[in-house]
Amino acid sequence: MTKLLDVRDLQTHFLTRDGVAKAVDGVSFSLDKGQILGLVGESGSGKSVTGFSILGLVDPPGRVTGGQIVFDGDDLVAGGEPMLRHLRGKRIAMIFQDPMMTLNPVLRIDTQMVETVRAHEKVSRAEALRRSREALVQVGISSPDERLQSYPHQFSGGMRQRVAIAIALLHKPDLIIADEPTTALDVTIQAQILSEVQELCVKSGTALIWITHDLAVVSSLADRLAVMYAGRIIEEGPTAEVIANPRHPYTRGLIDSVPQGKRHGAMLTQIKGMTPSLLNLPQGCKFAPRCPRADDACLVEPSLAPAGADRSVRCVHPHDEPPGKVLAP
Amino acid sequence: MIVYLVRRVGQSLLAVMAMAILVFLGVYFIGNPVDVLINPEATQADIIATTERLGLDKPLYQQFGIFIWNALHGDLGTSFVYGRPALEIILDRLPATMELALVALFLSVGIGIPLGVWAGLRPNSIAGRTIMGGSILGFSLPNFWQGMLLILVFAVLLGWLPAGGRGETTEFLGLQVSFLTWDGLTHLILPAINLALFKMSLIIRLARANTREVCLQDYIKFARAKGLSGRRVVLVHVLKNIMIPVVTIIGLELGSMVAFAIVTETVFAWPGMGKLLIDSINLLDRPVIVAYLMLTVLIIVAINLLVDVIYSLLDPRIRLSEMKA
Repeated sequence: MTKLLDVRDLQTHFLTRDGVAKAVDGVSFSLDKGQILGLVGESGSGKSVTGFSILGLVDPPGRVTGGQIVFDGDDLVAGGEPMLRHLRGKRIAMIFQDPMMTLNPVLRIDTQMVETVRAHEKVSRAEALRRSREALVQVGISSPDERLQSYPHQFSGGMRQRVAIAIALLHKPDLIIADEPTTALDVTIQAQILSEVQELCVKSGTALIWITHDLAVVSSLADRLAVMYAGRIIEEGPTAEVIANPRHPYTRGLIDSVPQGKRHGAMLTQIKGMTPSLLNLPQGCKFAPRCPRADDACLVEPSLAPAGADRSVRCVHPHDEPPGKVLAP
Repeated sequence: MIVYLVRRVGQSLLAVMAMAILVFLGVYFIGNPVDVLINPEATQADIIATTERLGLDKPLYQQFGIFIWNALHGDLGTSFVYGRPALEIILDRLPATMELALVALFLSVGIGIPLGVWAGLRPNSIAGRTIMGGSILGFSLPNFWQGMLLILVFAVLLGWLPAGGRGETTEFLGLQVSFLTWDGLTHLILPAINLALFKMSLIIRLARANTREVCLQDYIKFARAKGLSGRRVVLVHVLKNIMIPVVTIIGLELGSMVAFAIVTETVFAWPGMGKLLIDSINLLDRPVIVAYLMLTVLIIVAINLLVDVIYSLLDPRIRLSEMKA
């Protein structure tokens, strides 16, 4: 079966005055049709930059400097802007983190939706409007005709994110890249959006890359997880297995950091230290300085190696035994 | 919207009223016009007679009361020098100044916005840097000197364009205008460029700064992620957002262009209101000065009102809050 998306050894570097920040350095992963991948990591781990790299939307001074992004047989890095422009919004759509900022404040919703339809298909305004209306209904917006006439500031955050999702759905894309789309929302709205997106993806067979720092959110959504640290994927595998049996000490640390609510008053576990600066990365394994299992062997950077069925981990001393702790009962 | 407009007009009227008091007091204190107007050999009786004829013997508050009463009836006094109504003299000169200011505005917006947006989109390119460098010259070199250089190059050295005057005029909507005749147009180009250069530089810098700021916004990235062409992103998504501050500045600057085209009019001997004002100040022709200042205030207040209305058309967020107000 051919992969829908195959990212191979992606390098996205930012050439700054202080040096080259390797925000994404050798990231590889792939995605089947209709599959949901959770891309997890702390701020600055390169997860968002990976998402933007796929669409060619990395802001200068950032640039994809190496690797391949093969989407449905075409290499997007080699194809460049002309190829990307026809894919953006049409076959690959994106949802952004902050719904308050993603819609243009001075343009009406109908303008912003109709232009998306007409950017890729030569249809009449009436037809474009009809499809926009349909998309709004699909994401659960009531009285869509009235909403189409409104401006973004007349909507709440959750509503705006629904509109953004409706825009992403307009062309029934093969892939949606969602960059922390629920982070800025209330928990109740977050849960609604989450289940709606999941349902829409299953219904339409759309693949999804869900970028987040929130393991709890993604564990209920994604088929597979890829954990990023300092611009690299350090562990990858089916969600349930990665959560239940994390092999990389960092993944384990992340899971342990989620409050469990089992014992009142118990100290929360934390990973000591801070994420390293991308301009000044440690030698060898990038996590070694914070890792309880690190020794001299970690001074040589390990590669992402297969670890068990359908899983891989980038660690010299991975955990192998089943962990004592499970995320949720 | 209506409520807002009514309130806004009320505020404008208050501003005009305050200005009337200031103008009248200011002009009252700059000197006795009789000293300038009258024949040096006139007798004391003549002086008293003239003072009485002009109503200058009355106390200040009475003079002010008469001025306001007449002004409300459309009479801003009779020129001491020309013996004609001051307003009439000014209105004779107004079309020339308005024409010059509007053409200059058209030039500064029509050239300034595209250059500014271009420089904002490519801040590090050679073109972008050249535009910015040029704009610094545009508003740091003295206006009169720019005017003289323009005359020197295009009128004297190259001989392409006339150095001054208004040229042949023709009637358009009941006003005398230059831009419809070839001769008038050639006379108009240099002063209009001269008046436009400063504003153009201002608009370039404003448009560039706003373009750079807007381009960093998520909604621009989102617009690109939707697969829109670069053209549409710039012409619709960026341009509509930067127009809000630009329109404010245009409004403020149009007022000042009309009111203070004095330097350009003097350099190019353009027969507009500015030149009239200078002459009137020299002759202490009080009614003309007062009428000129009052008219200027009215124009600026009216333009500001217009800008607020355009504003609300451009920015839906303002429209909404105003409707509530």
